[in-house]
Amino acid sequence: MNRIFTFLILSCVVLFAAGAIEGEIAKQDLNMSAIVMFLIFVGGTLGITYWAAKRTKSAKDFYTAGGGITGFQNGMAIAGDYMSAASFLGISGLVYLKGYDGLIYSIGFLVGWPIILFMIAEPLRNLGKYTFADVASYRLRQTPIRTLAASGSIATVILYLIAQMVGSGKLIQLLFGLEYEIAVILVGVLMILYVTFGGMLATTWVQIIKAFLLLSGATFMAVAVMAHYDFNFGALFSHATELKGIEIMSPGGLVSDPISAISLAVALMFGTAGLPHILMRFFTVSDAKEARKSVFYATGFIGYFYILTFIIGFGAIVMVFQNPQYLDLAKQAIDGGSPILGGNNMAAIHLSHAVGGDFFLGFISAVAFATILAVVSGLTLAGASAISHDLYASVIKKGNVDSLKEMKVSKIATVVLGIVAIIMGIMFEKQNIAFVVGLAFAIAASANFPILFLSMYWKKLTTRGAVIGGSLGLATAILLVILGPIVWVQILGNAEAIFPYKYPALFSVTVAFVGIWFFSITDSSHNAEEEREAFEAQFIRSQTGIGAEGASEH
Amino acid sequence: MNKELVEKIKNDPNYQELVSKRNGFAVKLSIAMLVVYFTFILTIAFNPSALGTPISADSVTTIGIPIGIAVIIFAFILTGIYTKRANSEFDDLNNKIKNSIKDN
Repeated sequence: MNRIFTFLILSCVVLFAAGAIEGEIAKQDLNMSAIVMFLIFVGGTLGITYWAAKRTKSAKDFYTAGGGITGFQNGMAIAGDYMSAASFLGISGLVYLKGYDGLIYSIGFLVGWPIILFMIAEPLRNLGKYTFADVASYRLRQTPIRTLAASGSIATVILYLIAQMVGSGKLIQLLFGLEYEIAVILVGVLMILYVTFGGMLATTWVQIIKAFLLLSGATFMAVAVMAHYDFNFGALFSHATELKGIEIMSPGGLVSDPISAISLAVALMFGTAGLPHILMRFFTVSDAKEARKSVFYATGFIGYFYILTFIIGFGAIVMVFQNPQYLDLAKQAIDGGSPILGGNNMAAIHLSHAVGGDFFLGFISAVAFATILAVVSGLTLAGASAISHDLYASVIKKGNVDSLKEMKVSKIATVVLGIVAIIMGIMFEKQNIAFVVGLAFAIAASANFPILFLSMYWKKLTTRGAVIGGSLGLATAILLVILGPIVWVQILGNAEAIFPYKYPALFSVTVAFVGIWFFSITDSSHNAEEEREAFEAQFIRSQTGIGAEGASEH
Repeated sequence: MNKELVEKIKNDPNYQELVSKRNGFAVKLSIAMLVVYFTFILTIAFNPSALGTPISADSVTTIGIPIGIAVIIFAFILTGIYTKRANSEFDDLNNKIKNSIKDN
């Protein structure tokens, strides 16, 4: 296996180098320091993957890194999962474009974390093993619950992957002059390598390193911007409003009506608590205490990061906007205005050049690229474990499968998901990536979260209620997304949206909760009676951790 | 977990104290977070210009900016408060429960 791995690394590096040369022909201002730092990161992380591959011997190692990650490390890794390309490039791009609206968006992304800590983290750790479906199906019937939970996970993962792939394509395209499609394929291939060979251990360390680099880089950028204005926010803001108008300092069109506002809030709060790649991270720590610490550290890192993103967005307004160096002349000739190269999501990347020159541009580009790789790896691992642990091992094989076979299925699933991600990334090139993440959150909030939450706290939940209510939530979320303004109008080209709101969560989460409640309380089957009786023992374990999965011995 | 053990833990006063204290605390903190956030987001929805008020007459900085940053810091502080109490008080109670079942 090691030989295959070495071969894959080499071919990948060759592919990368070949791409870089091609880029040099297409673009004259090729940035050597960026390429060197890209290659160092890729080399380093593949080294970690090689190290992790030797330590990944069982399904438990593959899914949870053996359960021995500390709370601090996991907090960093969770923050890493959350500080995705969509957060870094998308939110700084949104601040650059609309000012204050970007802050509203990032606050929404943050406030789900305390709720996760108070309600979800400890019971999740105490009840589960590899996936959140372990918890949802703890006292309910395995086959239907796992099938549904896995569908919700896979849908969330694929949507989230699209956002990441689009970001990666644009970023590498901008930096190397590579074709968008080739860039997306490159990310897909590297991600498949990390996950199939290194499993959760490699994915976690790639995530930790990237989180550290991203926080350092973003801190430097924010400090550089502020230093320019003698650390006077008022001066930064007044310069920005001179360029973009006073309206960037107030709430704009992001949440124009109360329904959209509440719906966005519901999607972001409950969605965070239903993201499979985030939930999976809680199984990598040894117990509930470490799970708790993970969220504390993660919330701190993420909050700090969003404050930086806000400064970075404003920094881009004053240093990138209308700066001829970053102007997309071809686009300006057609559309007018002051479009920047690569679109608004590249605002942070251009700012890195404005404050730190070619070298720092190289660093931030490499970090942004690392971010995408790390996040897609975590996502793919979560998607693959839903396929292998929930669908294959529990539903198809009814639990009669050995750990190695299950791990093999995960790896096959990883490759398939990687290919799907590449195809979807190419299809969704023109969408605003921050909104695509919003859609993923709607599904996580409507399908995954209600089942998980009620299975932990509501005694009367039955399989029938969870399956019917959860399916209704999932179907409503998907249907309303399709009928909403983004897919129905922007993608399918219809004149007017059938469902007028961009964020369907308020409606779909309500449907899910009401559906689960109604079909549970009206369930008078013998099975339902047993499920209610089993609640007490489950609740004790969820509260105390007695009987919970521990860390592996080695 | 067998029936006997379930009954034993259920009747353990430490367990009852842990569950009521922790869940009560968790619910209070959750409500605090929800109230703060929904006040923020609904202010934007119903009265967006409220957050667009400048902090002083000659400033372009709006009160929405320090308020937004404060919401972020508030969320972090809440996680800190919960983690601190859970790591000491709740874990002590939990250890008592775990020790009591070891004795049998």
